[in-house]
Amino acid sequence: MAGEPGIAGGQGRGGGFPPTRLSVVRALGSREEAVRHPAFAALVEGYWRPAYKYLRVRWRLSAEEAEDLTQEFFTRALEKRYFDRYEPERARFRTYLRTCLDRFAANQRRSAGRLKRGGGTSLLPLDFASAEGEVARAGGGAAERAGSDPESYFHQEWRRALFHDAVAELRAACAAAGREVRFAVFERYDLEGGEGLTYAALGEELGLPATQVTNHLAWARRELRRIVLERLERLCGSEEELAAEARDLLGADPR
Amino acid sequence: MSWLSDGAVERVRRAATEPEPVAGLPPEPPAAPPNLGGDRYRLREPLGRGGMGTVYRAWDRELEREVAVKVLDAVDPEAARRMLQEARVVARLEHPGIVPVHDAATLPDGRVWYAMRLVRGSRLDQVVAPVAAERRALPELLRIFERICDAVAFAHSHGVIHRDLKPENVMVGPFGEVLVMDWGVAKVGAAAGTEARPGPRPGAAAASARPGTAHGTVLGTPGFMAPEQERGEVERVDERTDVYALGAILRELLVGGAAPRPLVAVSRKAMSSAPEDRYPSVGQLAAEVSRYLDGLPVVAYREGPIERLRRFGRRYRVAILLILAYVLMRAAFMLWAGF
Repeated sequence: MAGEPGIAGGQGRGGGFPPTRLSVVRALGSREEAVRHPAFAALVEGYWRPAYKYLRVRWRLSAEEAEDLTQEFFTRALEKRYFDRYEPERARFRTYLRTCLDRFAANQRRSAGRLKRGGGTSLLPLDFASAEGEVARAGGGAAERAGSDPESYFHQEWRRALFHDAVAELRAACAAAGREVRFAVFERYDLEGGEGLTYAALGEELGLPATQVTNHLAWARRELRRIVLERLERLCGSEEELAAEARDLLGADPR
Repeated sequence: MSWLSDGAVERVRRAATEPEPVAGLPPEPPAAPPNLGGDRYRLREPLGRGGMGTVYRAWDRELEREVAVKVLDAVDPEAARRMLQEARVVARLEHPGIVPVHDAATLPDGRVWYAMRLVRGSRLDQVVAPVAAERRALPELLRIFERICDAVAFAHSHGVIHRDLKPENVMVGPFGEVLVMDWGVAKVGAAAGTEARPGPRPGAAAASARPGTAHGTVLGTPGFMAPEQERGEVERVDERTDVYALGAILRELLVGGAAPRPLVAVSRKAMSSAPEDRYPSVGQLAAEVSRYLDGLPVVAYREGPIERLRRFGRRYRVAILLILAYVLMRAAFMLWAGF
């Protein structure tokens, strides 16, 4: 991009990466560090939250242990290039990542010489406090689900993180564009899902005509869909996986 | 943002699955460049689209140079007010780290446009995390960071708080120039008052949100927003809110490699939850980074004796090597003379 004119502003986090929409999974296998680093950052952004919760709930680690292990897992994965061995035809990437996480946790549990907190690890600025709050809110049922079907639990938390981040990006985009009212409509109608709430009632509540409510809602949903698809594109290991994930999450024809 | 329950996840999923429940979508940006009226600017291709408007490459016939022209996408009085505010704020801040605005006007339909310098280069997020092989070494990134701080400190000295600092809003030019962009959600205090739009009473800077930013309004970007900004406490937003965002930018510069502990500590201090625990000014934050670059200890981090020794070694590497070379030569000479 050097030498090309560019304009900042109005794009969500990661809007500039990867410019070719190259999957982070493929980018992680690159020989160039300059390609691997941003891919790693995107990978951590997409998977750290389900990984942390999985360690807390499935492996029953304390919050501090799970924090350490999450940091170490991703840092070690980058250093030792865990994901180079991923074969898209054998499993979805998140399944492979969860398997790696299981192996890593098992090895760490066997080994008494685990690194001390913060020792030798790279900095990953992760908001563990909020993830811990989510673990607490989910209650004991989560441990039961994780114990009986770890894959399904990991998938569920991955999905929650994906939509959580997508909604946060939508909110930020609306705020940056001065379109808070559009997010307010979406928040009230779709996110909070008021029982029996009509467009007219919501319009009255927000001081908007009902037609404006429907317009804003359509815009917000379309933006959300675009954001979710962009994030999926980055996080899937292959075109086939992207198509399958998009189909599962958003319907048969995601495009 | 709060936790999504299973029910909320399902509702959000459905919303993204069925995005078209209604007709009458808001207008898309015009395919052809809009007519600005007058002969001065000839708009060419769009360069990018921001939250409010589209930016076009344009030719300034008067001065015979390329410029960038940002045009509001839709007829929206609130967006028009914000964009005009952005143009005025930026025009007032004459600093090498802030893109200069040359001209601004309103179209007959109410859409605002303004012309500014055409910035060539890459966004900071692309410099930090590029797919092309242009990742810079940490010292170079830190010098970029210092220049960002310079521009923001200058804005603060004029009573302007940026409120949306993030790597995407910083351009790094091919000759090392650094420009802080996107002042569309800036908070303008007393020091920035102008004749065109009177500012608040002198002395009321801390409580003077710009018109239209009511308490509870959240402007900014998650991950870079200070807690008081996230809570929409507009009257509490001050220089330290930008200090928080700069701390988050510094943290971004450190992600991915082995982060030096003093810099981690500086970033953490800048990102303290309570504003009074952060650096009180951007200048003090920048000074910490400069101290690190100069091989001096930073205030935010208490180093151990070994770390101090290493830092000393790094700082005086050349002198130490010269002394060692001299001692070795001297020893060799004495040995030779002894034989």
